Amino acid sequence: MKRIQWTPIVAGIPLAIVGVFVLFSGIIAPDATKQDILTGVTPPGTPGHPFGTDQLGRDILQLAIAGARSAVVGPIVIALGSMLIGLVLGTLAGYIGGGLDIALSKYADLLLALPTTLIALVVAGLVDGGYWVTVLVLTVLFSPTDIRMVRGAVIAQASRPYIESAKVLRLSRRRIMFRHIVPNVLPIALTTMLLNIAFALVAMSALSFLGFGVGPGTPDWGRQLSDGRDLLGQNWGAVVVPGVLIIVTAAAINLMGDWLQERFDARAVAR
Amino acid sequence: MRVLARGSLGRYVAVRLAATLLLLLALSFIVFGLLHLTPGDPARNLLGPKNPSPEALEAIRAKYNLDEPFLRQYFLWLGNVLHGDFGTSIRSDIPVTDLLSERIWLTFQLAGLSFVLTVLVGVPLGIAAAWRAGSTLDRAVSVTSIVGVGAPSYAVGLLLLYVFGVWLDIFPVYGSGDGGLDTWWHLVLPAITLAFGIGALVFKLTRTAVLGELQQDYVAFAYSRGLARRQVRGLVLRNALIPVATSLGLVFGFLFGGTILVEVTFALAGIGSLLASSVTFKDIPVVQAITLLTALVIALTALGVDLLYYAVDPRVRKRGLQ
Repeated sequence: MKRIQWTPIVAGIPLAIVGVFVLFSGIIAPDATKQDILTGVTPPGTPGHPFGTDQLGRDILQLAIAGARSAVVGPIVIALGSMLIGLVLGTLAGYIGGGLDIALSKYADLLLALPTTLIALVVAGLVDGGYWVTVLVLTVLFSPTDIRMVRGAVIAQASRPYIESAKVLRLSRRRIMFRHIVPNVLPIALTTMLLNIAFALVAMSALSFLGFGVGPGTPDWGRQLSDGRDLLGQNWGAVVVPGVLIIVTAAAINLMGDWLQERFDARAVAR
Repeated sequence: MRVLARGSLGRYVAVRLAATLLLLLALSFIVFGLLHLTPGDPARNLLGPKNPSPEALEAIRAKYNLDEPFLRQYFLWLGNVLHGDFGTSIRSDIPVTDLLSERIWLTFQLAGLSFVLTVLVGVPLGIAAAWRAGSTLDRAVSVTSIVGVGAPSYAVGLLLLYVFGVWLDIFPVYGSGDGGLDTWWHLVLPAITLAFGIGALVFKLTRTAVLGELQQDYVAFAYSRGLARRQVRGLVLRNALIPVATSLGLVFGFLFGGTILVEVTFALAGIGSLLASSVTFKDIPVVQAITLLTALVIALTALGVDLLYYAVDPRVRKRGLQ
């Protein structure tokens, strides 16, 4: 009997729910940003507000549902962008080598020697150019690990027999790199990308927790947490709802990534 | 010079130190450049939201060299730093060195306490989980570690703050306490928060190292020779703990950089929270000093770790450091 794979189910359900939040927040949480200053803070269990309201009288649950978009979309773009940079530059560095390889390795070393959170905070905080500039900054900061990872995988592929035969067939370097090597690197690149989404989610909401990247009033988990910090004594929902959402989403993505990684490893061994 | 001969330890350390200096130089230039590229004027920030007079703005700019051209400002700053003078905070008008020395002890305390927690919890659990791989303990801790690795410290911190600070009312909610034991008491929750994520990483690393070692041929051989379990474990641990011990050094650097979020979450007056507020204010001298200090601590711990590797692993000693 085939064993049931629990991991994708356990990790998939919360991810599907967050996905629904991102896509349909306008329908599920139409009143997310509706303020009601007269009501102000109310505790969980208030009629109409299962998790209460914040300082501005906004419904905690609706605000958290609407906040999924800003918390998740940026990190996905960051992971995609940095993997794209990683695939192009990592393949070039790994396959062509030479001066380009050295230059790219030095660049990766420089960025890796720095504490990412700190640099992200300083750069994004100083530039203070809003959401998409923060996304761009984080993409650049995330790229060196991807470049390294792809470079290593490409070097491992380049000595294989199928590449030798491609060379004998006199295929162009570009064709060998992007039609033959890259598809074989893609599985591991995709897993890394998935794990990067979790890291970017944490980094991005850390910045908005500190007040950078997301404008005031925009629904966002990190910002909601930092607003909720002052309400600990009055409404625990303001901290618990966005806090649990961030932790569960990050954990679910990590679980999924680990599971995929093991599957790819197992397949590589079986081959 | 003999000390600097190719492949020697002296040369290695010298090269690494030079690379660290270059890194700090590049970093300081980048931070300086960013501060100047961006909108927002520290002089205006200082004078508040009211419309300041042009004379007042001029005076402030002249005082902090903000009216000089960019490169000249940078070299003025760099020259002073080389003399040990990090300038004066634009926001509080206190010398940066005073400001930092006031707060850095707390950050070291926080990083130190969470380092101890990480080692005391992560390493033994990792060893225990590897001995009994597949057991309930192993699975429970492994799942917790997946949550821990991905969980952002500020979210974990606020949840802990709610449960232990507000609901159960065991720990103080905010602030750094009145010094001495009281401060340590205030640091317990923040340290647990900071240690949770990195402890999970250390756990994973230890577990993988011990598991890998258990699959080596010498373990099977030792058992077949009839060595007791306890003796074999001793052999395995000695080998498995080398990568663990060296990674612990990196953990300290990581913790030091990770204090920003925890300090802001728990309203602790360390250098992390100072950095966060100084970035908002564009308080250039303070941001520069803290960024460089943190990068320096991390670079030096990384170098220390490599030297430790050299000391504890005979294979590295023989091959030489690259």
